[in-house]
Amino acid sequence: MNIVDRRPNPKGKSLSNRQRFLARARVEVKSAVQEALRKRKVADVGHGEKVAIPTRGIAEPIFHHNRRTGKTDHVVPGNKEYVRGDEIPRPTGGEGQGGREGSPDGSGEDAFEFTLSKEEFLDMFFEDLELPDLVKKSLKDTTAVDLQRAGYTVTGNPSNLSIPRTLRHSMARRISLRRPKLSELEALREQVEEARARGEDEEAERLAHQLEVRKRRSKIIPYIDPIDVRYRRFERVPRPNTEAVMFCLMDVSGSMTEAMKDLAKRFFMLLHIFLVRRYRHVDVVFIRHTSTAEEVDEETFFYSRETGGTVVSTALEKMLEIARARYPTDRWNIYGAQASDGDNYGADSSRCVALLGGEVLPLCQYFAYVEVGDGMGGSLTGLSRDSDLWRAYSEVAPAHSHFAMRRVGDPAQIFSVFHELFAKGGVRA
Amino acid sequence: MLNTRMDAAQLRADMPLFTGPNWDFGSLRRVYEAIEKIAFDDLGLDIYPVQIEVITSEQMLDSYASVGLPLMYRHWSFGKRFAYHETLYRKGLAGLAYEIVINSNPVICYIMEENSMTMQTLVMAHAAVGHNHFFKNNYLFRQWTDAGGILDYLSFARDYVAKCEEKYGLEAVERVLDAAHALKEHGVNRYAHRSKPNLAEERQRMEDRRAHEEATYNDLWRTVPTLDKEDDETAESEKQQEDTRGKLGLPEENLLYFIEKRAPRLEDWQRELIRIVRNVAQYFYPQKQLQMMNEGCATFVHYEIMNRLHDKGLITEGSMLEFLHSHSSVVFQPGFDDPRFSGLNPYALGFAMMSDIKRICEDPTEEDREFFPEIAGGGDPYGVLRHAWANYRDESFILQYLSPAVIRKFRLFHVADDSSKPSLRVDAIHDEVGYRRIRSALSRQYDLSRREPDIQVVDVDLTGDRCLVLAHFVHDGVLLEEKTCRSVLRYAAHLWGYTVKLLEIEAATDKTLKTYESGPEGK
Repeated sequence: MNIVDRRPNPKGKSLSNRQRFLARARVEVKSAVQEALRKRKVADVGHGEKVAIPTRGIAEPIFHHNRRTGKTDHVVPGNKEYVRGDEIPRPTGGEGQGGREGSPDGSGEDAFEFTLSKEEFLDMFFEDLELPDLVKKSLKDTTAVDLQRAGYTVTGNPSNLSIPRTLRHSMARRISLRRPKLSELEALREQVEEARARGEDEEAERLAHQLEVRKRRSKIIPYIDPIDVRYRRFERVPRPNTEAVMFCLMDVSGSMTEAMKDLAKRFFMLLHIFLVRRYRHVDVVFIRHTSTAEEVDEETFFYSRETGGTVVSTALEKMLEIARARYPTDRWNIYGAQASDGDNYGADSSRCVALLGGEVLPLCQYFAYVEVGDGMGGSLTGLSRDSDLWRAYSEVAPAHSHFAMRRVGDPAQIFSVFHELFAKGGVRA
Repeated sequence: MLNTRMDAAQLRADMPLFTGPNWDFGSLRRVYEAIEKIAFDDLGLDIYPVQIEVITSEQMLDSYASVGLPLMYRHWSFGKRFAYHETLYRKGLAGLAYEIVINSNPVICYIMEENSMTMQTLVMAHAAVGHNHFFKNNYLFRQWTDAGGILDYLSFARDYVAKCEEKYGLEAVERVLDAAHALKEHGVNRYAHRSKPNLAEERQRMEDRRAHEEATYNDLWRTVPTLDKEDDETAESEKQQEDTRGKLGLPEENLLYFIEKRAPRLEDWQRELIRIVRNVAQYFYPQKQLQMMNEGCATFVHYEIMNRLHDKGLITEGSMLEFLHSHSSVVFQPGFDDPRFSGLNPYALGFAMMSDIKRICEDPTEEDREFFPEIAGGGDPYGVLRHAWANYRDESFILQYLSPAVIRKFRLFHVADDSSKPSLRVDAIHDEVGYRRIRSALSRQYDLSRREPDIQVVDVDLTGDRCLVLAHFVHDGVLLEEKTCRSVLRYAAHLWGYTVKLLEIEAATDKTLKTYESGPEGK
């Protein structure tokens, strides 16, 4: 008998089969993912998802009997009261008498349920979405560089000395040139002394000569020669900007209901997950405003209650202030997302337009304005009156391709709005 | 070497081989050797060499996905199976099997690292010895399964499919495999084919026949009136058709074989892919006919071995209780009205029947003497069982050995389901009149040729529109499920390249009940 420990074998032997399966079921999985998204809390979006997909695209049909036709026999266990000749009403739903039920892979019409990993889920979720202007415009001017290992070189600075490499070369050279080892010399010297002690002068002389020759050899062949020395080589590669900051601006004045805030939150969360997938490091700045604006932490941003008027421009000013102070554009990609119900203090709208068009947009990679409605969907029909802010922003929009504005009425629309905003192939403002 | 070590083990027979739940490679080896000794000496089993492989639960899931084989070509359906099992496992709805055993030479037996030492012992007795003996000795496995070559073949298949994917694209390969998978149940040879006569034998036969004709020539036959001319012609064309069918080997029940050899538009690599699916299906074909016996044999063997280990003091009382707990859940048979019921448990039925054979051999009742005169009281239960394991399959085993005692124990009853009547009728129960009827009905239930639709290639018009005609021979009025039938036919048409027809023909009357037809895509 043989015992083999297979546990260290590579895992995920089925991975490629799984990918094929997902590719096969892509259409179904994708709609299931979107369906799931509608139902779940946005804070959970980042987790894996259990999806149930109809067996349509992934059925493996085989010929089999239709059990509702003809005469069949069943032998089943567990008889308690039946005697020969009893009539049993035909069971519905096929349980019980049917004997063998459909196999798991059988032809059943049931949905097929399985779990997507977080990665798979988000891949599906963000498939064919793309960040506009992913490459920083100012990449050319950027001075940030990374050092990358690029093999070994014979020249360099002592701090980059590669000791293993150097010694490896040294050893190879010593072996090939047959440099005597220290231990050999020691042994020979001892032999000379022993011979002297025994008084065998001739032998001692011969050994001493040998020792001399070897000593000379080891002197001529150095332990480490300059040709052995190797240095680690580094290359300078320009570093793309991999840091992004996301400004979340929200109106928290009394006119914003909880439902509206919830919508806004969902949108921000989606944007956040999306950015996290694209950038190595993402900062999030929360700015809320009533008639004044302040930077707050996430908890306060979403959950604390405020009352007061609405002056949108204060939030934009705050954003500019923070961006200038902490997020220089040569290092950071700046994204802005603003959510509001569209109310604004009458005279402030023109100021907002000036700020947005003149200062905020040139700074940003992308700026999205989402107007949240009351869930009635009225504003989406286009019949109702545009809000102050919507009208104001509409003036800015045509001139800036990286500014987009959308309206959202209820949670189910969040994904499609998000999808529209980031669809591949350019943003339609 | 082995013997000396065993002697040493026997000397301290009152010492258990292990204590506590943890296992290590040393104790696995010791326990296996003790098990093997019992298998050889007490039960007289004959097994392939064993290779035990320790794997993790994740690897076990992987093995599930590739239908229990260590290697498999890539296909999305295996990914689907993996996703399915993984969900069940993660939700805690289903535990994993404790072991998977592969019918190869040497037999490969996977055991999971999570198992306790008692479970490893059970698993080794069950799979490495029980299944192993059955694999090596049952006539169906001997006839159909090349245990020595299967792993090499699978590795060839995997590489070949991968090469095809590289050369012809994933999608093209997938389409062929999908279609072949749909027909794989009908891609097996159910009977060994007559070996092809060689030229010399054929010539000899012709010589013999001519000689016979010359020797028995009688001029009288010439005067017998023949059919008139017209009839002659139709008969002639009929005969010609019959001839073509004969040459094509029709009727042919191995659909995939026929398509592989005769489909007009397939390329060589596509034929080879079909062949691979066919060969894998053929490998599994005996297992489907032997499931109950195979599991019963393994369960019976592990039960005997564990009890003997316990009798010899080689396992502790605690281990024995742990074993009995999992054994009893393995052979648990819920009744038909139990929500857990999902058909007869092959472990339960197999184990019960084999234990009962042992009882009949050793301690028969009057009833047993009447039912089984040749084995009752014979006193050699293992010999009888070894004979049964080697020479029967599920269907014939039940027909031969299902005893009234087992029927009573399971309280089996026979229900006749006639779809034209509003209710089912109980036809037989566990009483004097019912035993034989239940026995033959249950045997029919295990008969693969009744369980699976009887579908054959009956005709093909190679000179005309190249339409392939399949026939489903309907027994007892049981038709095919319509929706899946249409999908499968689409796949068949994809492989065949031209229209495929399927006729549902009532076997008793030759009447065509229903016709399906499917053309290849784009037509």
